[in-house]
Amino acid sequence: MREIESIKVTETVRNLCIEANSFLPGDIKGRICDACENEPWPLAKSILGIIKENFEIAEEKHVPICQDTGMACVFIEMGQDVHVNGNLEDAINKGVRRGYTEGYLRKSVVRDPLDRVNTKDNTPAMIYYSIVPGETFKITVAPKGFGSENMSQLKMLKPSDGLEGVKDFVLRVIEDAGPNPCPPIVVGVGVGGTFDKAAFLAKKALMRNTDERNSNPFYADLETELLEKINKKGIGPQGVGGKTTALAVNIEYMPTHIAGLPVAVNINCHVTRHKSAEL
Amino acid sequence: MSEIKRITAPLTKEALKELHSGDDVLITGVIYTARDAAHKRLCELLAEGKELPFPVKDSVIYYVGPTPAKEGQAIGSAGPTTSYRMDAYSPAMIEAGETGMIGKGKRSPEVIEAMKKNGAVYFGAIGGAGAYLSRCIKKAEVVCYEDLGAEALRRLEVVDFPAFVIIDSEGNNLYETGRKAYLDSAEDK
Repeated sequence: MREIESIKVTETVRNLCIEANSFLPGDIKGRICDACENEPWPLAKSILGIIKENFEIAEEKHVPICQDTGMACVFIEMGQDVHVNGNLEDAINKGVRRGYTEGYLRKSVVRDPLDRVNTKDNTPAMIYYSIVPGETFKITVAPKGFGSENMSQLKMLKPSDGLEGVKDFVLRVIEDAGPNPCPPIVVGVGVGGTFDKAAFLAKKALMRNTDERNSNPFYADLETELLEKINKKGIGPQGVGGKTTALAVNIEYMPTHIAGLPVAVNINCHVTRHKSAEL
Repeated sequence: MSEIKRITAPLTKEALKELHSGDDVLITGVIYTARDAAHKRLCELLAEGKELPFPVKDSVIYYVGPTPAKEGQAIGSAGPTTSYRMDAYSPAMIEAGETGMIGKGKRSPEVIEAMKKNGAVYFGAIGGAGAYLSRCIKKAEVVCYEDLGAEALRRLEVVDFPAFVIIDSEGNNLYETGRKAYLDSAEDK
Protein backbone atom coordinates (compact mmCIF):
# COMPACT_ATOMS: atom_id res chain seq x y z
CA MET A 1 0.00 0.00 0.00
CA ARG A 2 1.47 3.31 -1.09
CA GLU A 3 0.89 6.25 1.26
CA ILE A 4 0.46 9.88 0.17
CA GLU A 5 0.23 12.81 2.56
CA SER A 6 -2.79 15.04 1.96
CA ILE A 7 -0.59 18.16 2.10
CA LYS A 8 1.05 16.95 -1.13
CA VAL A 9 -2.40 16.83 -2.75
CA THR A 10 -3.17 20.37 -1.55
CA GLU A 11 0.11 21.78 -2.87
CA THR A 12 -0.29 20.07 -6.22
CA VAL A 13 -3.87 21.25 -6.70
CA ARG A 14 -2.84 24.79 -5.76
CA ASN A 15 -0.09 24.88 -8.35
CA LEU A 16 -2.21 23.27 -11.06
CA CYS A 17 -4.99 25.87 -10.56
CA ILE A 18 -2.52 28.71 -11.08
CA GLU A 19 -0.62 27.14 -13.98
CA ALA A 20 -3.72 25.96 -15.87
CA ASN A 21 -5.07 29.51 -15.85
CA SER A 22 -1.95 31.10 -17.36
CA PHE A 23 -0.54 28.46 -19.68
CA LEU A 24 -2.65 27.14 -22.52
CA PRO A 25 -1.97 23.50 -23.54
CA GLY A 26 0.38 23.13 -26.53
CA ASP A 27 -2.20 21.43 -28.78
CA ILE A 28 -4.70 24.28 -28.33
CA LYS A 29 -2.01 26.91 -29.01
CA GLY A 30 -1.02 25.04 -32.16
CA ARG A 31 -4.61 24.88 -33.38
CA ILE A 32 -5.19 28.60 -32.79
CA CYS A 33 -1.98 29.44 -34.71
CA ASP A 34 -2.95 27.12 -37.60
CA ALA A 35 -6.46 28.56 -37.71
CA CYS A 36 -5.05 32.09 -37.80
CA GLU A 37 -2.84 31.19 -40.73
CA ASN A 38 -5.63 29.49 -42.69
CA GLU A 39 -8.48 31.93 -41.98
CA PRO A 40 -9.46 33.72 -45.20
CA TRP A 41 -11.93 36.24 -43.71
CA PRO A 42 -10.05 39.44 -42.70
CA LEU A 43 -11.95 40.35 -39.51
CA ALA A 44 -11.85 36.70 -38.39
CA LYS A 45 -8.12 36.56 -39.01
CA SER A 46 -7.46 39.71 -37.02
CA ILE A 47 -9.51 38.33 -34.09
CA LEU A 48 -7.53 35.07 -34.15
CA GLY A 49 -4.34 37.15 -34.14
CA ILE A 50 -5.49 38.93 -30.96
CA ILE A 51 -6.47 35.61 -29.36
CA LYS A 52 -2.95 34.37 -30.08
CA GLU A 53 -1.38 37.54 -28.69
CA ASN A 54 -3.59 37.16 -25.60
CA PHE A 55 -2.30 33.71 -24.65
CA GLU A 56 1.25 34.89 -25.28
CA ILE A 57 0.78 37.82 -22.87
CA ALA A 58 -0.76 35.51 -20.24
CA GLU A 59 2.15 33.11 -20.53
CA GLU A 60 4.81 35.81 -20.38
CA LYS A 61 3.28 37.86 -17.55
CA HIS A 62 1.85 34.90 -15.59
CA VAL A 63 -1.65 36.39 -15.61
CA PRO A 64 -4.95 34.60 -16.32
CA ILE A 65 -5.66 34.03 -20.02
CA CYS A 66 -9.33 34.80 -19.37
CA GLN A 67 -11.01 36.62 -16.47
CA ASP A 68 -13.39 33.69 -16.07
CA THR A 69 -10.94 31.46 -14.26
CA GLY A 70 -13.77 28.98 -13.96
CA MET A 71 -15.10 26.45 -11.55
CA ALA A 72 -12.22 24.18 -10.61
CA CYS A 73 -13.01 20.78 -12.11
CA VAL A 74 -10.62 18.31 -10.47
CA PHE A 75 -10.16 14.81 -11.85
CA ILE A 76 -8.53 12.31 -9.51
CA GLU A 77 -7.23 9.05 -10.90
CA MET A 78 -6.33 7.00 -7.86
CA GLY A 79 -4.73 3.58 -7.76
CA GLN A 80 -6.58 1.13 -5.52
CA ASP A 81 -3.32 0.41 -3.68
CA VAL A 82 -2.91 4.05 -2.61
CA HIS A 83 -3.88 5.44 0.76
CA VAL A 84 -4.15 9.19 1.34
CA ASN A 85 -3.38 10.22 4.91
CA GLY A 86 -5.96 12.81 5.93
CA ASN A 87 -9.21 13.92 4.31
CA LEU A 88 -8.78 13.82 0.51
CA GLU A 89 -11.75 16.02 -0.34
CA ASP A 90 -10.71 18.68 2.18
CA ALA A 91 -7.17 18.53 0.81
CA ILE A 92 -8.41 19.18 -2.74
CA ASN A 93 -10.62 22.09 -1.67
CA LYS A 94 -7.78 23.57 0.38
CA GLY A 95 -5.64 23.45 -2.77
CA VAL A 96 -8.33 25.25 -4.79
CA ARG A 97 -8.74 27.86 -2.04
CA ARG A 98 -4.99 28.52 -1.95
CA GLY A 99 -4.59 28.48 -5.72
CA TYR A 100 -7.42 30.93 -6.39
CA THR A 101 -6.43 33.25 -3.53
CA GLU A 102 -2.64 33.22 -3.82
CA GLY A 103 -2.81 33.11 -7.64
CA TYR A 104 -5.04 36.21 -8.00
CA LEU A 105 -7.72 34.17 -9.76
CA ARG A 106 -11.39 35.14 -9.84
CA LYS A 107 -13.73 33.66 -7.27
CA SER A 108 -16.73 32.62 -9.32
CA VAL A 109 -18.61 30.16 -7.12
CA VAL A 110 -21.87 30.79 -5.23
CA ARG A 111 -22.81 28.57 -2.27
CA ASP A 112 -26.39 27.97 -3.42
CA PRO A 113 -27.72 28.29 -6.98
CA LEU A 114 -30.73 30.27 -5.76
CA ASP A 115 -29.49 32.45 -2.90
CA ARG A 116 -26.29 33.17 -4.88
CA VAL A 117 -23.87 34.20 -2.14
CA ASN A 118 -20.25 34.02 -3.33
CA THR A 119 -18.07 31.59 -1.33
CA LYS A 120 -15.16 34.05 -1.92
CA ASP A 121 -12.51 31.34 -2.37
CA ASN A 122 -13.84 29.47 -5.45
CA THR A 123 -14.61 26.35 -3.43
CA PRO A 124 -16.05 23.80 -3.58
CA ALA A 125 -14.24 22.13 -6.45
CA MET A 126 -16.18 19.86 -8.79
CA ILE A 127 -14.41 16.55 -8.09
CA TYR A 128 -14.48 13.45 -10.28
CA TYR A 129 -12.86 10.31 -8.86
CA SER A 130 -11.85 7.22 -10.74
CA ILE A 131 -10.31 4.19 -9.07
CA VAL A 132 -7.75 2.33 -11.18
CA PRO A 133 -5.49 -0.67 -10.51
CA GLY A 134 -2.03 -0.10 -9.03
CA GLU A 135 -0.35 2.74 -7.16
CA THR A 136 -0.77 5.74 -9.44
CA PHE A 137 -2.16 9.04 -8.24
CA LYS A 138 -2.92 11.54 -10.99
CA ILE A 139 -4.55 14.94 -10.55
CA THR A 140 -5.96 17.00 -13.42
CA VAL A 141 -7.29 20.50 -12.83
CA ALA A 142 -9.53 21.89 -15.57
CA PRO A 143 -10.86 25.40 -14.84
CA LYS A 144 -14.24 25.53 -16.61
CA GLY A 145 -15.58 28.87 -17.77
CA PHE A 146 -19.34 29.25 -17.84
CA GLY A 147 -19.77 31.28 -21.03
CA SER A 148 -19.25 28.02 -22.86
CA GLU A 149 -20.67 25.74 -20.13
CA ASN A 150 -24.00 27.58 -20.41
CA MET A 151 -24.20 26.73 -24.12
CA SER A 152 -23.88 22.98 -23.48
CA GLN A 153 -26.86 20.65 -23.93
CA LEU A 154 -27.94 17.05 -23.40
CA LYS A 155 -30.64 15.07 -25.16
CA MET A 156 -32.04 11.58 -24.72
CA LEU A 157 -32.41 10.50 -28.36
CA LYS A 158 -34.28 7.36 -29.49
CA PRO A 159 -32.32 4.41 -30.85
CA SER A 160 -34.11 4.98 -34.19
CA ASP A 161 -32.59 8.49 -34.38
CA GLY A 162 -29.25 6.74 -34.91
CA LEU A 163 -26.08 8.30 -36.24
CA GLU A 164 -27.94 11.03 -38.15
CA GLY A 165 -29.77 12.01 -34.98
CA VAL A 166 -26.47 12.36 -33.12
CA LYS A 167 -24.95 14.52 -35.87
CA ASP A 168 -28.07 16.72 -36.13
CA PHE A 169 -28.13 17.28 -32.38
CA VAL A 170 -24.45 18.26 -32.18
CA LEU A 171 -24.85 20.70 -35.08
CA ARG A 172 -28.05 22.12 -33.52
CA VAL A 173 -26.23 22.81 -30.24
CA ILE A 174 -23.46 24.68 -32.10
CA GLU A 175 -26.06 26.67 -34.07
CA ASP A 176 -27.97 27.59 -30.89
CA ALA A 177 -24.72 28.67 -29.21
CA GLY A 178 -23.69 30.95 -32.11
CA PRO A 179 -21.38 33.73 -30.88
CA ASN A 180 -22.12 33.18 -27.16
CA PRO A 181 -19.45 30.63 -26.08
CA CYS A 182 -16.51 32.69 -27.49
CA PRO A 183 -15.74 30.77 -30.69
CA PRO A 184 -13.47 29.26 -31.87
CA ILE A 185 -14.66 26.48 -29.57
CA VAL A 186 -13.64 22.96 -28.64
CA VAL A 187 -16.57 20.53 -28.69
CA GLY A 188 -16.77 17.58 -26.29
CA VAL A 189 -19.39 14.96 -27.16
CA GLY A 190 -20.52 12.08 -24.94
CA VAL A 191 -22.61 9.31 -26.48
CA GLY A 192 -24.21 6.46 -24.53
CA GLY A 193 -24.29 5.46 -20.86
CA THR A 194 -27.04 7.02 -18.74
CA PHE A 195 -28.26 10.64 -18.55
CA ASP A 196 -25.44 11.63 -16.16
CA LYS A 197 -22.73 9.43 -17.70
CA ALA A 198 -23.27 11.01 -21.13
CA ALA A 199 -22.62 14.45 -19.62
CA PHE A 200 -19.52 13.16 -17.84
CA LEU A 201 -18.21 11.62 -21.09
CA ALA A 202 -18.67 14.97 -22.87
CA LYS A 203 -16.65 16.71 -20.16
CA LYS A 204 -14.00 13.98 -20.21
CA ALA A 205 -13.75 14.35 -23.99
CA LEU A 206 -12.64 17.96 -23.46
CA MET A 207 -9.65 16.71 -21.42
CA ARG A 208 -8.23 14.70 -24.32
CA ASN A 209 -5.38 16.18 -26.36
CA THR A 210 -7.06 17.56 -29.48
CA ASP A 211 -4.26 16.20 -31.67
CA GLU A 212 -5.32 12.65 -30.76
CA ARG A 213 -8.39 11.18 -32.43
CA ASN A 214 -10.65 8.57 -30.83
CA SER A 215 -8.95 5.16 -30.89
CA ASN A 216 -12.07 3.67 -32.51
CA PRO A 217 -11.82 4.54 -36.26
CA PHE A 218 -15.60 4.97 -36.55
CA TYR A 219 -15.65 7.66 -33.87
CA ALA A 220 -12.40 9.17 -35.15
CA ASP A 221 -14.06 9.66 -38.56
CA LEU A 222 -17.15 11.10 -36.89
CA GLU A 223 -14.95 13.64 -35.06
CA THR A 224 -13.40 14.73 -38.35
CA GLU A 225 -16.75 14.89 -40.15
CA LEU A 226 -18.43 16.95 -37.40
CA LEU A 227 -15.51 19.39 -37.25
CA GLU A 228 -15.77 19.98 -41.01
CA LYS A 229 -19.55 20.46 -40.82
CA ILE A 230 -19.28 22.88 -37.89
CA ASN A 231 -16.67 24.93 -39.72
CA LYS A 232 -18.89 25.18 -42.79
CA LYS A 233 -21.47 27.02 -40.70
CA GLY A 234 -19.64 30.32 -41.06
CA ILE A 235 -20.23 31.45 -37.46
CA GLY A 236 -16.53 32.29 -37.22
CA PRO A 237 -14.32 33.61 -34.40
CA GLN A 238 -16.53 35.51 -31.91
CA GLY A 239 -19.47 34.97 -34.26
CA VAL A 240 -18.59 37.73 -36.72
CA GLY A 241 -18.33 35.32 -39.66
CA GLY A 242 -15.42 33.20 -40.84
CA LYS A 243 -14.03 29.75 -41.43
CA THR A 244 -12.93 29.02 -37.87
CA THR A 245 -15.88 28.17 -35.62
CA ALA A 246 -14.38 25.12 -33.87
CA LEU A 247 -10.79 24.05 -33.24
CA ALA A 248 -11.60 20.38 -32.55
CA VAL A 249 -14.35 17.85 -31.83
CA ASN A 250 -13.58 15.08 -29.31
CA ILE A 251 -16.06 12.24 -28.82
CA GLU A 252 -16.23 9.63 -26.05
CA TYR A 253 -18.72 6.76 -26.04
CA MET A 254 -19.81 3.90 -23.83
CA PRO A 255 -22.44 1.12 -23.75
CA THR A 256 -26.04 2.16 -23.17
CA HIS A 257 -29.56 0.73 -22.65
CA ILE A 258 -31.55 -1.00 -25.44
CA ALA A 259 -34.13 1.82 -25.21
CA GLY A 260 -31.75 4.79 -25.22
CA LEU A 261 -29.28 6.96 -27.11
CA PRO A 262 -28.11 9.70 -24.74
CA VAL A 263 -26.02 12.47 -26.34
CA ALA A 264 -24.33 15.30 -24.46
CA VAL A 265 -22.44 18.22 -25.95
CA ASN A 266 -20.10 20.12 -23.63
CA ILE A 267 -18.59 23.24 -25.16
CA ASN A 268 -15.28 24.84 -24.29
CA CYS A 269 -14.10 28.20 -25.62
CA HIS A 270 -10.68 28.71 -27.19
CA VAL A 271 -9.35 29.01 -23.63
CA THR A 272 -9.50 25.23 -23.16
CA ARG A 273 -7.52 24.70 -19.98
CA HIS A 274 -6.35 21.59 -18.20
CA LYS A 275 -3.14 20.61 -16.46
CA SER A 276 -2.15 17.32 -14.88
CA ALA A 277 0.45 16.07 -12.40
CA GLU A 278 1.30 12.67 -10.99
CA LEU A 279 2.27 12.19 -7.38
CA MET B 1 -12.14 45.87 -42.87
CA SER B 2 -13.35 49.37 -42.14
CA GLU B 3 -11.09 52.09 -40.85
CA ILE B 4 -10.77 52.20 -37.06
CA LYS B 5 -12.98 54.83 -35.42
CA ARG B 6 -11.82 56.49 -32.21
CA ILE B 7 -14.68 57.26 -29.86
CA THR B 8 -14.98 58.66 -26.36
CA ALA B 9 -17.04 57.55 -23.37
CA PRO B 10 -19.44 58.76 -22.03
CA LEU B 11 -21.05 58.32 -25.44
CA THR B 12 -23.52 60.99 -26.55
CA LYS B 13 -26.58 60.21 -28.65
CA GLU B 14 -25.17 62.41 -31.43
CA ALA B 15 -21.88 60.51 -31.50
CA LEU B 16 -23.46 57.06 -31.49
CA LYS B 17 -25.48 57.89 -34.63
CA GLU B 18 -22.17 57.85 -36.52
CA LEU B 19 -21.48 54.26 -35.49
CA HIS B 20 -22.51 51.42 -37.75
CA SER B 21 -22.64 47.66 -37.33
CA GLY B 22 -19.26 46.22 -38.32
CA ASP B 23 -17.24 49.32 -37.36
CA ASP B 24 -13.93 48.72 -35.63
CA VAL B 25 -13.63 51.13 -32.70
CA LEU B 26 -11.16 52.19 -30.02
CA ILE B 27 -12.88 53.52 -26.90
CA THR B 28 -11.21 56.09 -24.66
CA GLY B 29 -12.71 57.61 -21.52
CA VAL B 30 -14.74 56.48 -18.53
CA ILE B 31 -16.89 53.34 -18.59
CA TYR B 32 -18.59 51.36 -15.82
CA THR B 33 -18.67 47.64 -15.15
CA ALA B 34 -21.73 45.63 -14.18
CA ARG B 35 -22.72 41.98 -14.53
CA ASP B 36 -25.80 39.97 -13.52
CA ALA B 37 -25.88 40.73 -9.79
CA ALA B 38 -25.13 44.48 -10.13
CA HIS B 39 -27.73 44.84 -12.90
CA LYS B 40 -30.32 43.22 -10.65
CA ARG B 41 -29.65 45.80 -7.94
CA LEU B 42 -29.57 48.72 -10.38
CA CYS B 43 -32.90 47.73 -11.88
CA GLU B 44 -34.44 47.37 -8.43
CA LEU B 45 -33.42 50.99 -7.77
CA LEU B 46 -34.91 52.10 -11.09
CA ALA B 47 -38.16 50.26 -10.32
CA GLU B 48 -38.35 52.12 -7.00
CA GLY B 49 -37.74 55.42 -8.78
CA LYS B 50 -34.43 55.94 -6.98
CA GLU B 51 -31.23 57.47 -8.33
CA LEU B 52 -28.48 55.13 -9.58
CA PRO B 53 -25.08 55.16 -7.82
CA PHE B 54 -23.26 56.27 -11.00
CA PRO B 55 -23.95 58.81 -13.77
CA VAL B 56 -26.13 56.70 -16.08
CA LYS B 57 -26.79 59.38 -18.73
CA ASP B 58 -24.71 58.60 -21.83
CA SER B 59 -22.93 55.83 -19.92
CA VAL B 60 -21.17 52.86 -21.46
CA ILE B 61 -21.47 49.67 -19.39
CA TYR B 62 -18.89 46.90 -19.75
CA TYR B 63 -20.12 43.41 -18.83
CA VAL B 64 -17.03 42.15 -17.02
CA GLY B 65 -15.96 40.55 -13.77
CA PRO B 66 -12.18 40.99 -13.66
CA THR B 67 -9.64 38.85 -11.85
CA PRO B 68 -7.98 40.54 -8.84
CA ALA B 69 -5.17 42.96 -9.73
CA LYS B 70 -1.62 41.93 -8.88
CA GLU B 71 0.70 44.54 -7.42
CA GLY B 72 1.45 47.21 -10.04
CA GLN B 73 -1.61 46.35 -12.15
CA ALA B 74 -4.67 48.62 -12.50
CA ILE B 75 -6.86 45.55 -12.94
CA GLY B 76 -6.50 41.82 -13.53
CA SER B 77 -7.63 40.03 -16.69
CA ALA B 78 -10.78 41.72 -17.92
CA GLY B 79 -12.56 40.36 -20.98
CA PRO B 80 -16.31 40.48 -21.66
CA THR B 81 -18.91 38.09 -20.27
CA THR B 82 -21.90 36.79 -22.28
CA SER B 83 -24.45 39.56 -22.72
CA TYR B 84 -27.77 37.69 -22.99
CA ARG B 85 -27.84 37.29 -19.21
CA MET B 86 -28.27 41.08 -19.00
CA ASP B 87 -31.14 41.10 -21.52
CA ALA B 88 -33.74 41.16 -18.76
CA TYR B 89 -32.23 44.38 -17.39
CA SER B 90 -30.88 46.27 -20.41
CA PRO B 91 -34.14 47.84 -21.68
CA ALA B 92 -34.63 49.58 -18.31
CA MET B 93 -30.96 50.69 -18.26
CA ILE B 94 -31.27 52.08 -21.79
CA GLU B 95 -34.47 53.91 -20.84
CA ALA B 96 -32.55 55.40 -17.91
CA GLY B 97 -29.88 56.84 -20.21
CA GLU B 98 -27.28 54.13 -20.92
CA THR B 99 -26.03 54.56 -24.50
CA GLY B 100 -23.44 51.79 -24.87
CA MET B 101 -23.00 48.19 -23.79
CA ILE B 102 -19.82 46.14 -24.20
CA GLY B 103 -20.10 42.36 -24.06
CA LYS B 104 -20.16 39.35 -26.32
CA GLY B 105 -22.90 37.21 -27.83
CA LYS B 106 -26.50 37.59 -28.87
CA ARG B 107 -29.08 40.12 -27.60
CA SER B 108 -32.84 39.73 -27.35
CA PRO B 109 -35.35 41.47 -29.66
CA GLU B 110 -36.50 43.53 -26.64
CA VAL B 111 -33.00 44.92 -26.08
CA ILE B 112 -32.59 45.74 -29.78
CA GLU B 113 -35.99 47.50 -29.78
CA ALA B 114 -34.96 49.60 -26.77
CA MET B 115 -31.68 50.46 -28.53
CA LYS B 116 -33.52 51.65 -31.64
CA LYS B 117 -36.13 53.56 -29.70
CA ASN B 118 -33.76 55.39 -27.35
CA GLY B 119 -30.48 55.40 -29.26
CA ALA B 120 -27.90 52.93 -27.97
CA VAL B 121 -25.10 50.80 -29.38
CA TYR B 122 -23.98 47.25 -28.54
CA PHE B 123 -20.23 46.68 -28.80
CA GLY B 124 -18.49 43.32 -28.87
CA ALA B 125 -15.10 42.87 -27.25
CA ILE B 126 -13.07 39.73 -27.83
CA GLY B 127 -14.24 37.06 -25.40
CA GLY B 128 -11.42 35.15 -23.77
CA ALA B 129 -8.86 37.88 -24.46
CA GLY B 130 -8.82 39.09 -20.85
CA ALA B 131 -5.05 39.48 -20.57
CA TYR B 132 -4.89 41.49 -23.81
CA LEU B 133 -7.83 43.78 -22.99
CA SER B 134 -6.72 44.56 -19.43
CA ARG B 135 -3.76 46.51 -20.84
CA CYS B 136 -6.20 49.15 -22.14
CA ILE B 137 -7.65 49.72 -18.67
CA LYS B 138 -5.53 52.33 -16.92
CA LYS B 139 -7.48 52.80 -13.70
CA ALA B 140 -10.18 50.85 -11.87
CA GLU B 141 -12.06 51.72 -8.69
CA VAL B 142 -15.08 50.17 -7.01
CA VAL B 143 -18.06 52.54 -6.99
CA CYS B 144 -20.43 50.28 -5.03
CA TYR B 145 -21.58 46.70 -4.34
CA GLU B 146 -18.14 45.71 -3.06
CA ASP B 147 -19.77 42.68 -1.38
CA LEU B 148 -20.25 41.19 -4.86
CA GLY B 149 -16.49 40.76 -5.31
CA ALA B 150 -15.72 40.42 -9.01
CA GLU B 151 -19.29 41.53 -9.72
CA ALA B 152 -18.95 44.91 -7.95
CA LEU B 153 -19.76 48.05 -9.97
CA ARG B 154 -16.47 49.61 -11.03
CA ARG B 155 -15.46 52.86 -12.73
CA LEU B 156 -12.81 52.22 -15.37
CA GLU B 157 -10.60 54.65 -17.23
CA VAL B 158 -9.82 53.12 -20.61
CA VAL B 159 -7.51 54.18 -23.43
CA ASP B 160 -7.96 52.78 -26.94
CA PHE B 161 -10.05 49.85 -25.75
CA PRO B 162 -10.68 47.73 -28.89
CA ALA B 163 -14.20 46.63 -29.79
CA PHE B 164 -16.50 46.37 -32.78
CA VAL B 165 -20.02 47.59 -33.25
CA ILE B 166 -22.15 44.44 -33.24
CA ILE B 167 -25.59 46.10 -33.22
CA ASP B 168 -26.01 49.78 -34.11
CA SER B 169 -28.83 52.15 -33.16
CA GLU B 170 -30.75 51.18 -36.29
CA GLY B 171 -30.71 47.49 -35.29
CA ASN B 172 -28.22 46.26 -37.90
CA ASN B 173 -26.53 43.14 -36.53
CA LEU B 174 -22.98 42.04 -37.39
CA TYR B 175 -23.68 38.48 -36.17
CA GLU B 176 -26.18 38.15 -39.03
CA THR B 177 -24.54 40.25 -41.75
CA GLY B 178 -20.95 39.15 -41.05
CA ARG B 179 -21.79 35.47 -41.19
CA LYS B 180 -23.85 35.89 -44.36
CA ALA B 181 -21.13 37.94 -46.07
CA TYR B 182 -18.53 35.31 -45.23
CA LEU B 183 -20.73 32.43 -46.44
CA ASP B 184 -21.51 34.31 -49.68
CA SER B 185 -17.80 34.88 -50.27
CA ALA B 186 -17.00 31.22 -49.52
CA GLU B 187 -19.64 30.16 -52.05
CA ASP B 188 -18.13 32.39 -54.75
CA LYS B 189 -14.84 30.53 -54.58
